[in-house]
Amino acid sequence: MHPHDHVPAAGPPLLTVVAVVALAAGAAAYAAGLRAARTRSPWAARRTLPWYAGLACAGAATVGPLVDASRSSFTAHMAGHVLLGMLAPLLLVLAAPVSLLLRALPPVRARRVTAALRSPVARVVGHPVVAGLLDACGLWVLYTTGLFHLAHTSASVGLVVHAHVLLAGWLFTASLVGPDPHPHRASFRVRATVLVVFVAAHSVLAKWVYAHPPEGVSPADARAGAQLMYYAGDAVDVALMVLLVAGWYAASRPRALTPACVREHPGLA
Amino acid sequence: MSAHPTNGAARDDSAGHDRRTVLSGVLFGAGIAASIIDLFVFHLGLQWHHFYDLSTTQVALAADGVFHAVGWFVTVWGLFLLADVRRRTEVSWPRWVGAVVAGVGGFQLLDGVLNHKILGIHQIRYGVDLLVYDVVWIGTAVVALVVGLVLLRRARPARPGASRSA
Repeated sequence: MHPHDHVPAAGPPLLTVVAVVALAAGAAAYAAGLRAARTRSPWAARRTLPWYAGLACAGAATVGPLVDASRSSFTAHMAGHVLLGMLAPLLLVLAAPVSLLLRALPPVRARRVTAALRSPVARVVGHPVVAGLLDACGLWVLYTTGLFHLAHTSASVGLVVHAHVLLAGWLFTASLVGPDPHPHRASFRVRATVLVVFVAAHSVLAKWVYAHPPEGVSPADARAGAQLMYYAGDAVDVALMVLLVAGWYAASRPRALTPACVREHPGLA
Repeated sequence: MSAHPTNGAARDDSAGHDRRTVLSGVLFGAGIAASIIDLFVFHLGLQWHHFYDLSTTQVALAADGVFHAVGWFVTVWGLFLLADVRRRTEVSWPRWVGAVVAGVGGFQLLDGVLNHKILGIHQIRYGVDLLVYDVVWIGTAVVALVVGLVLLRRARPARPGASRSA
């Protein structure tokens, strides 16, 4: 069975249709939020740009040539996986969509959103341990069982897998870092530990895939894809670590006068 | 963790800043040894290390993953700790450099003994007589560790009370 054999399809694939609709909705929703909140203080471009860059990454992984290539090449599949599950989530989190939503909504409805964020369900699902397990276990199941092969032969399973990779990656990233309000943000120590364990699990999985190619993948292709997963994953993971520790750095700034402070502003002493 | 300086506790602060300078250097040194030196020198440059030599036990593979993740994290954390010391006080650069050298040596020693010899995660190079490589690796690690510790000792801050008794 060669999934890349040309099969005349009746219309565009399911994944393409759903992805185009979801990406267009995401682009329109953010633009509508900007428009609704335009009378308030200016919204920084360093928030807007990551949103559209994140949608572009998710689009590259779900629509177009990379998707076609990933039917026959595991390495192309892995490039899409890093874009959809790691880089797109990081960019979408940096765009602060929840903050924009709260600015755009009338106060009564905005309070409903914050109440939902404070709810016990949000507390559990948004905890880094839960979000990290959702993300990492999904990946382990995908690459160590027959699910990978099934995702390439069944359109609906493929769609669910793509959605899970993006949403679990997004949830996990948001549980660790980002400018959005997070009423139950775990402590720095917990988040740092979870991130280190996640990075370890990700790199072990890459080496596992290197040694045990998923069904239908040639050893050479699996090795190239596994190394891409390892090194490109590292790049995004180091960015996550920088953001996480930068959050600690900002939160632990000295509040009393220090020698450096006095040196720079002699008038204070 | 976050000892906020107050004007009445300058002596405690300077000891805390010194501890944090040393911690930053050791973490950064161990981190670059684990992540950057290993990646750029032995994997990409010399190509002695293999991505994965397929002979590793699963426990060793998991240990390697943890080493890898902790290596990157302490590199980043060490640099932010340095920035933190720098915004609070003057950084003693000789002391920090000594700590970095000791951190590199300490990690290389751990890598050479624990990872290469005890866990057997990977070897330094394949298809060669390993003894000379192991001796050079562990020997340079010990030298770096000793040099780092000497540098640290020479850059020790003056004993509290001697310089700040006024």
